Amino acid sequence: MDVQAAKMIGAGIACSALIGAGIGIGNIFGNYLSGAMRNPSAAPGQFTNLLIGFALAEATGLFGLVMAFIILNS
Amino acid sequence: MAAEGEHGGKHSPLEQFEIKPLVDLNLFGYDVSFTNSSLMMIVALGLIVGFLTYAMRNRALIPDRLQSVAEITYDYVANIVKGVLGEDGMKYFPWVFSLFIFILTLNLLGMIPGNFTVTSHIIVTFALAAMVWLTATIIGFMKHGIGYLKLFVPDGVPIWLMPVIVPIELISYFIRPISHSVRLFANMMAGHTMLKVFAGFAVSLPWWGKIAPAGFMVAFTGLEFLVAFLQALVFTLLTCIYLNDAVNMHH
Repeated sequence: MDVQAAKMIGAGIACSALIGAGIGIGNIFGNYLSGAMRNPSAAPGQFTNLLIGFALAEATGLFGLVMAFIILNS
Repeated sequence: MAAEGEHGGKHSPLEQFEIKPLVDLNLFGYDVSFTNSSLMMIVALGLIVGFLTYAMRNRALIPDRLQSVAEITYDYVANIVKGVLGEDGMKYFPWVFSLFIFILTLNLLGMIPGNFTVTSHIIVTFALAAMVWLTATIIGFMKHGIGYLKLFVPDGVPIWLMPVIVPIELISYFIRPISHSVRLFANMMAGHTMLKVFAGFAVSLPWWGKIAPAGFMVAFTGLEFLVAFLQALVFTLLTCIYLNDAVNMHH
C-alpha cells in the first residue's frame, strides 16, 4: 500500500475516538436534563459540574482528532 | 487535504488559518514578523480596553445598557471564581477575568466572516494553557511548600495501590496543559473548518432556490457562536479548577 493512502486510512481510524466523545457528551447532557426535569430547582447549581463533565468527555475525543492531524501532516 | 492538487489551494477549508506576515521583522535570527494573528490580538485588546472603559465611564448607580453588559460579564466570571475557589479566590479574579474576556473576544472576532481566528492555532492556546499550569504549580508550591506533592497521593487509598495511583495522578497532572490547550484549539479549528466545508455544500445544493441551505448555514453559524462562548467559559472554568487544586488542595 502507498504510504499516503495508509496515512489517510490511519487518520480516518484515529477519528473514531470521536465516537466515544459523542456517547460521553450525550450521556452527560441527557442525564443532566433528566435530573433537571426531576428537580428543576437544583439544576442551576449543577451547571458548572455539567460543563466540567462536558469538557473532560470532549477532550478525550479531541485527542484522537489531533492524532489524525498529526498523522496527516507528518 | 484531500488530493495533492488541493493541498493549500485557494478553496481549501484550511486556507482561512494561514498566517500572513504583514510587517517582516527579524530579531536575532528569529522571525518575529507582525502577522495577521498579532494584528487580531491587538484589535481584541483594543476592543476590550475600549469597551470596558467606555461602558464604565459614568459609573452610574442605575446602569445604562452598555454598563449593564460590562457588569453582567464581571458578575458572571466573579460567580464562577467564587463558586470554585471560594471567597478567598477573588484575589485571582483579575487574572481569570482577563483570560476569559481575551479568549471570548478572540473567539467572537473569529466568527466575523473573513476574519482570522487566533485561538485556532495551538501555539496560542498552548501558551495560555502553559501559563495557567505554571502559575497554578508555582502557587501550589508557594502555599504548601513540598507538601504540594501530596496532591499526587490521594487520601484513603490502600498502600498497595500506590504504585498504580501515583503514576496515574502524575500523568493526569502533566497532561493538563495539553488537554487544556487542545480543547480550545481543536474546537475552534474543527468548527471553522466545518463551517467552510458546509458552506461549500450549501452553495452547490439547488434545494428551494438555495434558500434552505443558506438558512441552515445561518443556524449552524449560530451554533458556532455558542461553541465560541462555551469554550471560553470552559477554559476559564478549568483554570479556576486547576487554581483550586493548587490553593485548597482537595486530596
